Amino acid sequence: MSATAHHQDNDFLFKYIFSTDHKMIAKQFFLTGSFMGLIGMLMSSIFRLQLGYPGESFPFLESFMGGWAPDGVLSPDKYLALVTLHGTIMVFFLLTAGLSGTFSNLLIPLQLGARDMASGFMNMLSYWFFFLSSCVMIASIFVEGGPASGGWTIYPPLSALPEAVPGSGMGMTLWIISMALFIVSSLLGSLNYIVTILNLRTKGMTMTRMPLTIWAFLVTAILGVLSFPVLFSAVLLLFFDRSFGTSFYLSDIYIAGQALEVEGGSPILYEHLFWFLGHPEVYIILLPALGITSEVVATNARKPIFGYRAMIGSILAIGFISFLVWGHHMFITGMNPFLGAVFTFTTLLVAIPSAVKVFNYLTTLWKGNIRFTPAMLFAIGLVSTFITGGLTGIILGDSALDINVHDTYFVVGHFHIVMGLSGTFGMISGIYHWFPKMYGRVMNKSLGYIHFWATIVTAYGIFFPMHFLGLAGVPRRYYANTEFPMFNEMYDINELITVFAIIAVASQGIFIFNIFYSMFKGQKSPQNPWESTTLEWTTPVEHIHGNWPGELPEVHRWAYDYSKPNIEEDFVPQTVPLREGEEDENH
Amino acid sequence: MAGHTAPIDSKKLWGGGISPFNASYGKIMMWFFLVSDAFTFSGLLISYGYMRHRFEDVWPVAEDVFTHFPFLHGDHPLLYVALMTFILIMSSVTMVLAVEAGQRMNKKGVTLWMALTIVGGLIFVGSQAWEWYHFIHGTELGALQLADGTIAQWASAAKDALVLPGGAEITGAEAAAMIQSGTEVYGANLTVNEYGVPLFGDFFFFITGFHGTHVFSGVVLNFIIFVNVLKGTYEKRGHYEMVEKVGLYWHFVDLVWVFVFTFFYLI
Repeated sequence: MSATAHHQDNDFLFKYIFSTDHKMIAKQFFLTGSFMGLIGMLMSSIFRLQLGYPGESFPFLESFMGGWAPDGVLSPDKYLALVTLHGTIMVFFLLTAGLSGTFSNLLIPLQLGARDMASGFMNMLSYWFFFLSSCVMIASIFVEGGPASGGWTIYPPLSALPEAVPGSGMGMTLWIISMALFIVSSLLGSLNYIVTILNLRTKGMTMTRMPLTIWAFLVTAILGVLSFPVLFSAVLLLFFDRSFGTSFYLSDIYIAGQALEVEGGSPILYEHLFWFLGHPEVYIILLPALGITSEVVATNARKPIFGYRAMIGSILAIGFISFLVWGHHMFITGMNPFLGAVFTFTTLLVAIPSAVKVFNYLTTLWKGNIRFTPAMLFAIGLVSTFITGGLTGIILGDSALDINVHDTYFVVGHFHIVMGLSGTFGMISGIYHWFPKMYGRVMNKSLGYIHFWATIVTAYGIFFPMHFLGLAGVPRRYYANTEFPMFNEMYDINELITVFAIIAVASQGIFIFNIFYSMFKGQKSPQNPWESTTLEWTTPVEHIHGNWPGELPEVHRWAYDYSKPNIEEDFVPQTVPLREGEEDENH
Repeated sequence: MAGHTAPIDSKKLWGGGISPFNASYGKIMMWFFLVSDAFTFSGLLISYGYMRHRFEDVWPVAEDVFTHFPFLHGDHPLLYVALMTFILIMSSVTMVLAVEAGQRMNKKGVTLWMALTIVGGLIFVGSQAWEWYHFIHGTELGALQLADGTIAQWASAAKDALVLPGGAEITGAEAAAMIQSGTEVYGANLTVNEYGVPLFGDFFFFITGFHGTHVFSGVVLNFIIFVNVLKGTYEKRGHYEMVEKVGLYWHFVDLVWVFVFTFFYLI
């Protein structure tokens, strides 16, 4: 599995396309995932136009969307299609595959001292299944009736009856196929991550010497292996309902006064199955972002991460509890109030490990010698959004309070901040931090600063006011609220959000420019640009198969020996043996 | 390693450089895959339980549905499925023997026991097809689907009286009116089920079908490994670990069947 591919070096096809090298696969995930993310982001700016300026004509929309926006006004069914695809793409393609695929692939072998992933071939398959899945999802935009438009959760009956809405036809079928491919990709990837972490750690790399990124990736992969199969059973049953006339999810449906034959099923069953995936999915997004933050914060604060073992414990606790809380998405489905209370309890339990993490970030920063690199700014941004979004989570997790704000913009604001922003901030932070490892060059700092401030201001500008909309009762997912006089006063807020959204999307242009500019013209990176202790910075800047030219490095200490007392150097890499009388921080 | 005292055994195992479980990556991957697959089946079986609970009173009793036995007449409730289950479990036994023979590098033994495992698997898949055929075909008498979609059973072969799902018997003119407006149905498919609620058929076909797909792919995998055994691939490699890996999968598939059998037939 190690340096088997040397003779293929000159072969473009095997070096760039069908590569089994984890570093190349990481870049493939990065570019594909980011491209999907870009599409998802552009979609949001289009439907934000409709929400901010309902019914107003924007002729340029018609010029590239044609029948989707007759006379420059986005049509209602295509509005729903865009909202659906925006959610699907951002949650699964950008923040699951894009985030985990990029950084798990890049960092697991490099930070553990392995030559490559356990199975390079399966790793390659994982990418190609993801690529196919992305293609199918994009293709669904162009079929008759448009893409799926029942919301990213694809609740039946809109998803189970092909004739329900235009997007329920071919578009929905392609959504299901795309997700099935995605689940295969996720399974192949996750299995690989898990066994690589368990089996291929280099000598001396005990579990409690691993960087927290690796712990986060490990638990993320386990969550993926345990939760995606349940989504798989859910969409298989859905597929049967759509295609073979079963009625797992359907009952008592009337279309134009005519009762459909299907009966006996329950859409609530689908919700249970979906959210059994859906909630762990939130942590599949968050944990890698938090892992990256741990690494970036410790490195740039020049201090060991505070409470290393508590951090591991909280990652494990979050992972475990995430399987017990799915019911909080279903408080208004007629659930037994006692069960609601149980789910409230388990949901609020998540606050404990989350608070441990936030506390540890803050105490790591406390009196640190902080280097405000762009990566560090985004990591601190994540800590901020994680607190803001977490606080509203306490309100939503309480079954009694949730009923008041359920399905309003309050929910939209909450999950975009706590999951969307935290996930993307973690990912962006990781890109700034490990760009030198991926492309051998450092990203431009000044552009990074502009990008950060533009992003964090507009991000809060978009999602913070949504809480006010939600508290006023404005429902989410509606095409327009113009029919409801009581929401007229809210019009200004919606317009403000849209303005911020457009600035936010535009400011990502800076980031994209920076990526491509730095890829080719950026300042060459030294071997260890951030003066970091972890193993990935002991590899040569130019990528080679097998990662280390000679022997694999041996590890003698944990990953966070920054500013160690009684040691002259600012940091001590993991490969440096313990000195006379020196103790390992974590043994 | 200055300053380190001699590490105790478990520390050595987890200390990096070796596999903590003393197992190859492929085997650990197989274990995690099986855990994942177990969640897929759990999702399906829990859905089944959820729905069955909703229709507790009218859910068909398996003993009344699966009564056929090849070449025998009369009622033999669950006899055939018991035989199927026995054969599948025996194929797990032969698989264990194949793995054990592999550990002794006994090519002849592996060949024999793998072959028997494959035969057992094929018999099981074939039996399932037979079982499906009879379920789809239904009884000679059939049942009556009333105008509102519910299924009523015939009280006798004369087809002039009905038994409603709750157990109430209807005769005379009332029954005649119902027969007039209803349609006769035979057997079960994904939309109609002469034995009662269609969901019974839906779940039966879906879950046993999903499991059958697993058994079938297990047979295919076993066959590929069997061919490699014959070719001597593993003898050259020096170990029969591939047999162990497919063995894990095979035992898992059997174990799932035990649950499917329990929930669909016994309870």
